[in-house]
Amino acid sequence: MSEQISEWDLTIEPQSSLFDLNLKDVWRYRDLLWMFVKRDFVSFYKQTILGPLWFFIQPLFTTIIYTFIFGGLANLSTDSLPQPLFYMAGITAWNYFSDCITKTSTVFKDNANIFGKVYFPRLIMPLSIVASNLVRFAVQMLLMTIMMFYYAWQGANFQITWAITLFPLLVILMALLGLGLGLIITALTTKYRDLAFLVTFGIQLLMYTTTVIYPLSSAPAKYKSLISLNPMTGIIECFRYAFLGRGQLTLNTIGYSITFTLVALILGIFIFNKTEKTFVDTI
Amino acid sequence: MSIAIKIENLSKIYRLGEIGTGTISQDIDRFIKMKILKREDPFSTVGVINIRTEKNYADFVNSLNNVNLEIKKGDAVGVIGKNGAGKSTLLKIISRVTSPTKGKININGRVASLLEVGTGFHPELTGRENIYLNGAILGMRKKEIDRKFEEIVDFSGVKRYIDTPVKRYSSGMYVRLAFAVAAHLESEILIVDEVLAVGDAEFQKKCLGKMGEISKGEGRTILFVSHNMSAIQKMCNTSILMQNGTVIKIGDTESVISQYINQENKTSSIDLSKITERKGNQKLIITNAFFVQKDLKSNQLISLNETELHIVYKINNINIDYREIRIDIGINDLYGTRVGWFSTWNKNHNVDKNKNTLIFKIKNFNLSPGEYNCNLFLGYNDEVADFIQEVNPFTVVENDYFKTGKSIPQNQGVLLFNYEIIN
Repeated sequence: MSEQISEWDLTIEPQSSLFDLNLKDVWRYRDLLWMFVKRDFVSFYKQTILGPLWFFIQPLFTTIIYTFIFGGLANLSTDSLPQPLFYMAGITAWNYFSDCITKTSTVFKDNANIFGKVYFPRLIMPLSIVASNLVRFAVQMLLMTIMMFYYAWQGANFQITWAITLFPLLVILMALLGLGLGLIITALTTKYRDLAFLVTFGIQLLMYTTTVIYPLSSAPAKYKSLISLNPMTGIIECFRYAFLGRGQLTLNTIGYSITFTLVALILGIFIFNKTEKTFVDTI
Repeated sequence: MSIAIKIENLSKIYRLGEIGTGTISQDIDRFIKMKILKREDPFSTVGVINIRTEKNYADFVNSLNNVNLEIKKGDAVGVIGKNGAGKSTLLKIISRVTSPTKGKININGRVASLLEVGTGFHPELTGRENIYLNGAILGMRKKEIDRKFEEIVDFSGVKRYIDTPVKRYSSGMYVRLAFAVAAHLESEILIVDEVLAVGDAEFQKKCLGKMGEISKGEGRTILFVSHNMSAIQKMCNTSILMQNGTVIKIGDTESVISQYINQENKTSSIDLSKITERKGNQKLIITNAFFVQKDLKSNQLISLNETELHIVYKINNINIDYREIRIDIGINDLYGTRVGWFSTWNKNHNVDKNKNTLIFKIKNFNLSPGEYNCNLFLGYNDEVADFIQEVNPFTVVENDYFKTGKSIPQNQGVLLFNYEIIN
C-alpha cells in the first residue's frame, strides 16, 4: 500500500491552527444556512395565531409606550421629529442588533444536541440567526416606511438624505456587530454559564446608553463622548440621519463603529472557532 | 486496495467532573490567589491530599487510548465492545463532532454520519420540509435532495403524510423518514451508531438491507456500531473489538464476535467480601458467586446453553449442623423483577460438609438477552445468616440463537424458549 500523504480528502487533528477558519466549508453548506432561515420563519408563524403579525405588534407597542413615557412624561427631546417616528427608527435599528446578539449568544447552548450528533460548519448556525432576524428587520422597516408616509402626508418636518445610500452598510454593521459580540459571549458561556444571565439584562441596559430614546444632540457635552463609546450610537445616528434627516453623522462616529465591529467580529470568529472544537465535551 | 480511513495514535481524554471552576467569580478568585498573592490553587486543595499522579489518574479518563486502525475502501466494518469501550467516541471523532486529544485521522472520501436518527428534525415542519432540512444538515446540497426526493419518500413509506407536520407522525414513521434521508446520502463513507435499535422489525430489516446494498452494491465504506450481533454478522465482513479505549482485535466478523462473547470480564465481577451491605447474623457468609459456561467463567452469558452458578461460602462458626444450611439464589432483571429462583431448600439438598462451593447446574439457561443481577441468600436454622441484594450483574448477550441471521427483538420478555415449530 502506497503512502498517499497529499491525497487525503480530510485530516482530523487535535488542535488545528487558530487561523484555520474553514470558510470554504461554510460556503459548501450555504444551502443549509438557507434551510435554517426557512425553518426559523416557518416554525415561527406556524406556532402562533397571528403569525407574522407579531413582527408588527412588538415594535408598534414599544413605540407607543416610549412615546407615552419618554416623550409624554419625561419630555425628552426628539430633535423636533414626530415622537413615534423618532422612537420607531431607534427601535427598529436597536431591535435588529439586540436580536442578533441575544440569539447568537446562546447558540452553543440551544444547539448542543444537534452539534453533538452531526458535523457541519458551526458558523452556519449563528449566520443563519443573523439572516433570520433580517426577515423580522425587513418587516419592521416596512412598518417604519408606512409611518414615514403617514407623517409626510401629515406634513411633518423630516427628510430623507443622501445617507440612505449607506443603508446596506448600516445593516451589515448591525448584523456583524451583533454576530461578533454574540459569538464571543456564546463561546464564553460554554465555560461560564452565569454570563447568560448578564446578557439578557445587559442588552436592555445597553439600550439606554445609546441614542434610541434620545438624540445625541440633546445629550450634555460631558456625556456625549461616553454615549459615543457605544458602537451602536454611530449606527443609529446615521440611520436616523439617513431616513429622517436628524442625527449626527461624522466620519469619526461611523468610523469608530466600523472599527469596533470588525474587531468584535474577528475576535468572535476566532474564539468561536476555538471553542467549537471541544465544546461538545464541556457543555 | 486503497484505504478509506487511516487512524494513527488516536487518543481522547475526557476530564471528569466540572470543566473549569464553573463561575467567573471563582476563576477570578483563583487567579488572584494564584498569580497575585502567590498562594496555592484554592481549587486543587479542597478536601484531598494533592498527589499529582493520583489526582490526574482520577480526574481524566482515557476514552480512547492510542488507537491505530486502517479501514479499506468498500469494507463494512462492525465495531463491537461493551458500553464505555470507546466505540461512540471513535465514531464521534471520525464524524468531527468532537476533536481528538492526540493523534490524527486521515480520510479519503466524503463522510456521512448517522449518530442519531432525525437530528435537527423540527416538529412543526412537514415531512417534505424536514427531508430538505435534515438532508442539508447531513451535508447534502439542495439539488441532490431534489434529485433523490422521490426515492427518499418511497423508501420511507410515508408518502401519504409527506405534507403533514412531523409532530403528528407516529414514532415509527418519524424514524423511517429520518433513516430514509440518511440512507440516500451520497457519501463514500457512512458511519452508523446503533440507530437501528428503534423502529419495528420490518423496518430494521429494510435498513439493514439498505445498508448491505450500500456497502456491497455501491462499494461504499461503512462503519457500524451495534450491540446487535446478528446485525453485525449479517452486515459486516470485518469487525473491530474495542475494550477500555483500545482496539483489542481486528479480523473477520465471526472470530471477533466469538472473542467478544467469550471474553472474560474481570472488571465488573465484584469481590463479594468487600460488600458491606449485608443482612443476617453472619455466622456463615457467601464469599463469591459466579457463572460458568463451557468451562469459562464470565458474566457475559449465552442463552440456551448449559450454565453453572457457583456459590462459594465460608463458615465462621465451626460447630454447625450442615443439614441446616440453606442457599437461595434469586435472579432479577434490571427493573428489579424476579425472573428466576434456585434453592437447596425445595430440592431437599444437604450441603456437603467437606466442600465450600455449591453449584446450581442449569441445563437450559433460557433468559432473553439483557442485563440481570442476583440476590444471594444463605440461611441457617431458619435464620438469615447472610443476604446480599442485587449483586453479580451479568449480561445475556444478543446472538444469532436460532442460526437464522436474526436476533431476538427487544421487549419480548425475559424468557427465551428453545422451541421447535411443527407444521
